[in-house]
Amino acid sequence: MTALTTGAAAFLARAEGAAPRLPGADLPWLAQLRAEAALAFRGQGFPNRRVEAWKYTDLAAAMQAAFGEPLSRSESLPALPPALHPRAVFVDGHFRPDLSSLAGLAFPVAGLAASLPSLADRLGAVASPIGHPLVALNAMLFEDGLVIDLPAGLAGGVIELLSVATEAERAPTFHPRHLLRLGAGATLTLIERAIGPATRYLHNPVFEIEVAEGARLNHGRLQAEGRDALFLSSVSARVAAGGTYDNFSLIAGARLSRNEIHVALVGAGAAAHMNGAQLIGNGQHADTTTTLDHAAPGCPSRQTYKSVLAGRSRGVFQGKILVRQVAQKTDGYQMNQALLLSEEAEIDAKPQLEIYADDVKCSHGATVGALDPEQLFFLRARGIPKAVAESMLVEAFLTEAVDAIEDEAIREAFAGVVPGWWQGAR
Amino acid sequence: MLKIENLHASIDGKPILQGLSLTIAPGEIHAIMGPNGSGKSTLSYVLAGREGYEVTEGSVTFDGQDLLAMEPEERSIAGIFLAFQAPVELPGVGNANFLRTAINAVRRGRGEAEVDAMQFLKLARARMKVLNMADEMLKRNVNVGFSGGEKKRNEMLQMALLAPRMALLDETDSGLDIDALKLVADTVNSLRGPTFSALVITHYQRLLTHIVPDHVHVLAGGRIVRSGGAELALELEATGYASAAA
Repeated sequence: MTALTTGAAAFLARAEGAAPRLPGADLPWLAQLRAEAALAFRGQGFPNRRVEAWKYTDLAAAMQAAFGEPLSRSESLPALPPALHPRAVFVDGHFRPDLSSLAGLAFPVAGLAASLPSLADRLGAVASPIGHPLVALNAMLFEDGLVIDLPAGLAGGVIELLSVATEAERAPTFHPRHLLRLGAGATLTLIERAIGPATRYLHNPVFEIEVAEGARLNHGRLQAEGRDALFLSSVSARVAAGGTYDNFSLIAGARLSRNEIHVALVGAGAAAHMNGAQLIGNGQHADTTTTLDHAAPGCPSRQTYKSVLAGRSRGVFQGKILVRQVAQKTDGYQMNQALLLSEEAEIDAKPQLEIYADDVKCSHGATVGALDPEQLFFLRARGIPKAVAESMLVEAFLTEAVDAIEDEAIREAFAGVVPGWWQGAR
Repeated sequence: MLKIENLHASIDGKPILQGLSLTIAPGEIHAIMGPNGSGKSTLSYVLAGREGYEVTEGSVTFDGQDLLAMEPEERSIAGIFLAFQAPVELPGVGNANFLRTAINAVRRGRGEAEVDAMQFLKLARARMKVLNMADEMLKRNVNVGFSGGEKKRNEMLQMALLAPRMALLDETDSGLDIDALKLVADTVNSLRGPTFSALVITHYQRLLTHIVPDHVHVLAGGRIVRSGGAELALELEATGYASAAA
């Protein structure tokens, strides 16, 4: 066991102190789950760069500064963006039915805190704390979350999950645990949006997602946290035969963000589409880390990630594809590309293929570049102002990833983010 | 209209243009001919404002304004149009979006009303018909997967839609078959008038049988060494640059 950093020790102490007050404290299975998470956390703490999975993002350093206790209930609430679909609202990690608009849904949507007694078999079924410090941290401290259950065959339409952080002086932390389960043949589009003020806070959401046979989840994420926030997120999805998990993540906010997506394709013909873009500027660090576990034959997976980095910023992409021996006829593709808009911007990319089956098709690629001066001059020679020309080329760079969004509602929700980001980044 | 006086320009400290002077009056078409390496492309890039060229001496005015002090987009709005020798490809940028953005940027800069999507399509389609371009070329990405001839047609489409007063054609004829060559010439000839001038930069005489210039200049060693009428182009074709420049 390595010595814990003071940052990690502080969280561990807090978890111990808070245990009796956390929701579900009277449930033995949950106490067990939290204890196991604490044990895992004690073993690994917040990894530094000597740990391979954290080579480019020093979590130990990022978590050294002190955080305050979570807020029980916020007094002041910022104006919420308009809801385009049925919406579940979380404020500082707490589900707020009073702010949500979920009436008329044909399937159950509930807060996790209120549902705990019925979740013994589900909580922790997909996301393990072992080797996953973000999951361990979440498991020790979660207080709430969203629980969605789609019955087999149901077309669930679109639902939004809005997370709002409120302004607070003492750097609060919140650790929601969201559970989604889609029955056989069910479909759902989830549009997740995280926003917050410019003050310092930690948002540590963990998603556990189960997609049954032939079901499909379209999961759009817009991380637009405040500029001083830490966003440490882990999504774990398990996809059964013929099912599809489709994720598009647009990472634009937070001082430091880690966007982990772990997908296991466990039934024949299950599919994963994981695409996204990181748009960051001066002082920001964004890390997208994916693992794709091909554990069944004949599964296609597609990943296209793009990073646009302005100012003194740092982007990280780590993508691991594991093809188990049983996963013959796997068709895997992974591409990550970075556009550096300043000399001070930096990208680290680490693709990783681990293949144990012999009849597979797997490819990956990575590129890094700057705006092409020839293209820029061509546009300007046609009367287009420099700033507009640059914006056109940035959007063009992102096209491939954005075009991969199949869901119209997600596409609409994210339209305008790129031009808006560009205005702010300049 | 365009007045170039004693222009010296260099790239990476290497002098390319060495005292070039040329005046183009409204309505005139001038041709500049010269061997490879004589500075033809440098001249067009310096006039259009591409980065990387250092003007060390001389001046260029356009309607009395200091052209060299203007940004590339300002020159375009003022009425300069450079038809590229090798138009770049823009993956991810739709041709229609590009053309409309350019037209409206130029119109805005000139104090003219912008065009909406319908007006744009009408304008573009009318000109594309003349240029023998299929409608679907609007839907494709700018120049991506275009043949050499298609790229040049796209350049001519931009030229016609941006209504320049001074077109710079930088070896627009290179690599074109005779049909495409005629389309380029037809576009230039259709714009010809008292307020349209052009500088046709070419290595070969053949484009000049379709765009008959008012004046022909021979460029060698970064300056104009000889000037004459349209007949000079024919003479160069017959005798070569070496004897013409002598």
